[in-house]
Amino acid sequence: MTGPWQQAFARVPELLAAHVQISVSALVLAMIICLPLAIWAARSPKIAAVALTAASLIQTIPGLALLALFYPLLLGLSALVGGGISAFGFLPALLALTLYALLPILRNAVTGLSGVDPAAKEAADGLGMTSGQKLYYVEAPLAAPTIMAGIRTAAVWTIGAATLSTTVGQPSLGDLIFAGLQTQNWTLVLTGCLFSAALAISVDLLLGLIERGIRQRRRILVGAGMAVIAAGLLIATLPLMIVRDNIVVIGAKNFSEQYILARLIGSRLEKAGYTVQYRDGLGSAVVFQALSAGDIDVYVDYSGTIWTNQMQRTDMLPKAAMLDAITRWTSANHGVKMLGALGFENTYAFAVRPEDARAKSLRTLDDLARVSSDFNFGTDVEFLERPEWQMVQAAYPIRFKDARSFSPTFMYPALASGEVDVISAFSSDGRIAANDFVILEDSKGAVPSYEAIMLLAPDRGSDDKFVAALKPLIGAITVENMRKANYMVDREDDKKTPRQTALWLNDKLRE
Amino acid sequence: MHVSGPSISLNKVSRHYGRVRAVDSLSLEIAAGSLVALVGLSGSGKSTLLKMINRLVKPDSGTIRIDDEPVDSIDPHILRRRIGYVFQNIGLFPHMTVARNIAIGLELAGENEGRADCVAELLDLVELPRDMASRMPDQLSGGQQQRVGVARALATRPGLMLMDEPFGALDPVTRDNLTDQYKTLHDKLGLTTIIVTHDMAEALYLADRILVMEDGQIKADATPAALLSGNVGEAAEALVAIPRAQAAHLIALSKLS
Repeated sequence: MTGPWQQAFARVPELLAAHVQISVSALVLAMIICLPLAIWAARSPKIAAVALTAASLIQTIPGLALLALFYPLLLGLSALVGGGISAFGFLPALLALTLYALLPILRNAVTGLSGVDPAAKEAADGLGMTSGQKLYYVEAPLAAPTIMAGIRTAAVWTIGAATLSTTVGQPSLGDLIFAGLQTQNWTLVLTGCLFSAALAISVDLLLGLIERGIRQRRRILVGAGMAVIAAGLLIATLPLMIVRDNIVVIGAKNFSEQYILARLIGSRLEKAGYTVQYRDGLGSAVVFQALSAGDIDVYVDYSGTIWTNQMQRTDMLPKAAMLDAITRWTSANHGVKMLGALGFENTYAFAVRPEDARAKSLRTLDDLARVSSDFNFGTDVEFLERPEWQMVQAAYPIRFKDARSFSPTFMYPALASGEVDVISAFSSDGRIAANDFVILEDSKGAVPSYEAIMLLAPDRGSDDKFVAALKPLIGAITVENMRKANYMVDREDDKKTPRQTALWLNDKLRE
Repeated sequence: MHVSGPSISLNKVSRHYGRVRAVDSLSLEIAAGSLVALVGLSGSGKSTLLKMINRLVKPDSGTIRIDDEPVDSIDPHILRRRIGYVFQNIGLFPHMTVARNIAIGLELAGENEGRADCVAELLDLVELPRDMASRMPDQLSGGQQQRVGVARALATRPGLMLMDEPFGALDPVTRDNLTDQYKTLHDKLGLTTIIVTHDMAEALYLADRILVMEDGQIKADATPAALLSGNVGEAAEALVAIPRAQAAHLIALSKLS
């Protein structure tokens, strides 16, 4: 097995264990909810209609949206009861996946129970069975194969949907898929898909065996199926039982730079004697709350994001004043320590080809405005709708000949090939340097500052060893080095992993 | 295995379904040990009447007593365990062996001792081979299944048997056999039996008292002999006319040959 596969496979046991844990928990919870509800529904058509409609409605919400919805819901709930409810990780994933598993279990259980032969039920009544005895001796055994088929469907759905729980900070095999998609590391994506598919297929086969055993009244099949499932569960969750305390959890959003910086922070903390875990691919909205709740210990955010999203500010301050304001605000409102800025920005930057810059002497956005009527503009899918574009237009008289949207992967080649003449690049993206593109200076300061800043959870701010391990990163990363690092992960040939790149970056720190 | 069946008394019992009076202020005394047939057309209220005795259907008004004890003085499921109930659709539990089906009443009552012996005895009683005990219901013919149904109803040694068209879905030969054998069983065990049927010929053959129901009321109450001799009312006469005419036709045919 070659390097990339080995590295991908090394992460599987722990993620598989977490994946199994969340899927099984959701499935069991769904069964605990559905089976009594189904018994009630089978005796009352009104309840059946209401319950099945509700479950079907939930099913129409896309899985990713359902997970995302639980985040603000739990935050609100937590605020209502005075804190203590985690909106991050296991709980929101559990609730969303449970809701998702309700429909197949409920539908099959109601169908199974109401489909029991009326003659058998009349005989049960005639024999003097109580309602409970009728359920135990007659209805449950006769409905069991149908109920089991529903559980089987729910299990396969849940295992598949559990890959999405990565986005709310619950580790799962989705970690591999999301990280792989972002860094275009197909080995990671394949590994994640392979294992979650294998898990779903083997669970489906085993539950199918049990279902067949119940249908044909062959106890040996049921017993064998259950034994294998129990053994599999035990083996799969073994990595979870190894208790480690004082684990540092490092958060990362869903792009290459974040993966690299998380590994850089992680490697330094490991050297300082901490045990480190990563929560990658977190949504921008989730990650800051997770930090202030202590669910993650440290991550890198950008000043403009905190300024507009968390602090809800629309005004503009000079860089230093803005960082000061952020430091005071996070500390006062969330107990979060802003350790400092890393030394580079990742903001929207206008990039042009070097030959154009030379020939038309383009240096600033004012120069761009002068030639804009001859220029075609290439941008990502959201920039034209963002406040930053309005700010730029307000400050500079820019009128482009034409504007086209690309995914970031195709935006850079479009500029290189001359399809467009200027793009809204991300200033720390490695593909700027690799193509020798020239960034035009925002001399009027129209675009807000997006300084990379390191934020520490409330508990970690006073941990001297922790702070000492990370302090050398403050002001130590130049935008040139960050671009090179990003490029090492993003490029097509001789790709490096975020971890390898982080080690490279660690050697380039500015003293 | 001899038991003595109870007497039954109904006093002004009514049951309505919406505006339909299925059973209309009906009073009736049934002597211990009798074999009573309830005959009538579909919708005459005979099944409703039967099911009110073991409270599968609750009466709107009136009282029903078994051996002077009102049926609503105890829990319905306790009451039903003392009464054998056999019906047209049989309702054997398809996931249980014949033996477990027969012994289910004992299982419910918590009688664990000697269940196998009891099952064997009951199989003898309904004239099924003992090795059928380990079969599943779907491996049995319709007639065999209803024999198991009767055995199951008899397992807890009830004194009273309520039978709702028990042999209605069986072929004529099997049906005749079972009718015959049940009559013997009834006498041998000293049961009180109420059997609902729409077949007057079966009633005439089987019962020692026939009640003809129409519109929720009893229109005729007589022995088979008295019914055949006529003068018991229009409703009864219409039902008796059919087997009588058939018999006359058969006699005429046999004289021709």
